[in-house]
Amino acid sequence: MSNALLRVESLRKSYGAVEVLRGIDFSVRKGEKVALIGPSGSGKSTCLRCVNMLEKPSAGAIWLEEERVGVRASAGQRERLMSDAELAPQRRQMGMVFQLFYLWPHLTVLENVSVGLIKVQGVPAAEAKAIALEMLEKVHMAHKAQAYPDFLSGGQQQRVAIARALAQRPKLLLFDEPTSALDPELVGEVLNVIHELADEGRTMLLVTHEIRFARDVADRVIFMDGGVVVEEGPARELIQHPRHERTQAFLRQISP
Amino acid sequence: MLLRFDTILAGLLQGVGVTLGVTFGALLIAIILGFALALLRVFWPSRIGAFVIDAYIELFRNIPALAHLFLIYYGLASVGVQLGSVTAAILGLGLIGGASLCDVFRAGFEALHKGQREAALAIGMRPSQAIRLILTPQALRIALPPVGNYATQLLKDSSIASAIAAPEIMFFARSLVTSTFETTLIYVTAAGLYILMSLPIVFAVRALEKRYAGGQAA
Amino acid sequence: MSMIGFLQPFAEYGGEWAPRMLDAARITAAISLWGFLVALGVGALLAALRARKHWLPGLLAQGYINLTRGVPLLAVLFLLYFGLPGIGITMSAFVAGALGLGLCFGAQMAEVFRAGLEAIHRGQREAALAVGMTPMAAFRLITLPQLIRIIAPSLVTTFVALLKDSSLCALITVHDLMLEGRALATEYFLPMHIFLAIGLFYFAIAWPLSLAARVLGHRLNRRRAGAA
Ligand SMILES: Nc1ncnc2c1ncn2[C@@H]1O[C@H](COP(=O)(O)OP(=O)(O)O)[C@@H](O)[C@H]1O
Ligand SMILES: [Mg+2]
Repeated sequence: MSNALLRVESLRKSYGAVEVLRGIDFSVRKGEKVALIGPSGSGKSTCLRCVNMLEKPSAGAIWLEEERVGVRASAGQRERLMSDAELAPQRRQMGMVFQLFYLWPHLTVLENVSVGLIKVQGVPAAEAKAIALEMLEKVHMAHKAQAYPDFLSGGQQQRVAIARALAQRPKLLLFDEPTSALDPELVGEVLNVIHELADEGRTMLLVTHEIRFARDVADRVIFMDGGVVVEEGPARELIQHPRHERTQAFLRQISP
Repeated sequence: MLLRFDTILAGLLQGVGVTLGVTFGALLIAIILGFALALLRVFWPSRIGAFVIDAYIELFRNIPALAHLFLIYYGLASVGVQLGSVTAAILGLGLIGGASLCDVFRAGFEALHKGQREAALAIGMRPSQAIRLILTPQALRIALPPVGNYATQLLKDSSIASAIAAPEIMFFARSLVTSTFETTLIYVTAAGLYILMSLPIVFAVRALEKRYAGGQAA
Repeated sequence: MSMIGFLQPFAEYGGEWAPRMLDAARITAAISLWGFLVALGVGALLAALRARKHWLPGLLAQGYINLTRGVPLLAVLFLLYFGLPGIGITMSAFVAGALGLGLCFGAQMAEVFRAGLEAIHRGQREAALAVGMTPMAAFRLITLPQLIRIIAPSLVTTFVALLKDSSLCALITVHDLMLEGRALATEYFLPMHIFLAIGLFYFAIAWPLSLAARVLGHRLNRRRAGAA
């Protein structure tokens, strides 16, 4: 347990009267790749967004190494949710890749990747640029460094978004269905990049609908449904021999 | 205090008729003129026509309403065309409104897919029938909420008719000020009166928007 | 009356009118700019109130916007300049004019800001928070630059409307272009010529700005279309 990089404990989240996360527990070890799968609406995105506090959990705890994420617990006092400003240093340790990329359209590709380094981490511009180029290299996008995001294909934009997340040198990478907004022929280039990152030994938590990719890349798969973890286990085993009926039904439906 | 408020309100109410008259008179001119110009602008393929209409629109939209009113009221009088202040206000605000609403109606026509016209021609309508029976009703429907919004704008703009001594609400407010000292109360009451009068239009526009939003979704 | 005959007074008195109109136009420019600044401030304040999570600030802002939407600028100007002295508050005509313009157009400005902010996807800000920006940094580096670009055409259009409406300040004795026009009209008794000249003077400022707003708008739409 102590070698877990990320621990999610009894995580609950409600929107009004609707509880979409009903007590989630799992952990991710350093260097481990964990895929989060499940039907649409099962709470995968919400869970991922709670990890870096883009959604505030209703109950439960997130731990990044020995640090409690998003909660200040001063001695003797009640726990208090951190503001977004207080959260910034913790979020820096987790890179996030969104389904719809969310590149910043008023900045060039290079600026998208380097602005965090320069303005948030105070890295000197020249050095930040070098790091950004290195990250763009990794995702095979260095040749578009001076382009604006609007002129790139979806697959290219997503690869730049990955470089942006890498540039902050995160301990953990969070992916929320990184390929599901892409045209089918562009999915491969993004999955390849993620595969290469996985091979580098990075720690990843990945929400995906690409079951075969999850099987090949992830060490472990967590299957969620209705706001709870139904089943988790080694990737190959869970996907080829799911134990629970709901998992079986889901996998049958998604990959006939 | 209450008594004085009564006096003030009674004084201001004398102007309501002219305020509404100027507003609706100008609105009528604006709608007819704006719609006619939009029709011409969209369906009349004349370069010169387009230029003239555009020039009219630009001139009336980029010059203060007050300048137009002064020009029509004082300017025309000096060359022998003596208009009453209310007439001048209706004319001036109507001409300005025509320029604004022309754009509104034109946007309504241009929002229609050109397939609409082609489908009408395909079933054998003449172009004029397509405009009258197919395109115009749809364009009017699209334009209705913005026209309603313009009506509330006109209600407010009618206040500047007081500058050419049209006896509307602000005019009476000014004359009340010289007879009592409740200056603050007078203008607050006047403001309240305008808000009250604009409410029916605001609600009507909102109802229309809701109805059409529902209609479009269905 | 022949065209030449009509133009005659311009040739005859143009030299006397022009400097006086130019002088007064300076006041028009100044009061418009001040009014615009106040409107920007009021609009930003209203937008900030609306962005609060608590319902009360949002309700107050919306109330202000709805209220000013129904009240004529002229009533506000008269209230500020002729009305408020009744309860002991006095200010110069210029200040009342700029303030009145700012208060009325501030509501319009808030709507411009709102539309602009709505055009920027929520995810833009979230992505900024995710790379570890503080909310302030996210606003300054990500939201604001996009917002300015998006609302630039509306800002210019709003300024043109404000510039035109600044002429109402003449009715509370601000010595602007319009008031100078009235003075000249009575002095020379050539209202047709004077108000034509005054109108064209406003037009000469407003029209190029309107064209600029249109160009900015087209450019923005092209960019949007390219992005889709
Ligand atoms: N901001 C929100 N307000 C209300 N309900 C939400 C919100 N975000 C998500 N939900 C609901 O929470 C449930 C889980 O959503 P999500 O985490 O996006 O599922 P997934 O990513 O697995 O498809 C869905 O039923 C969704 O409708
Ligand atoms: Mg999701």
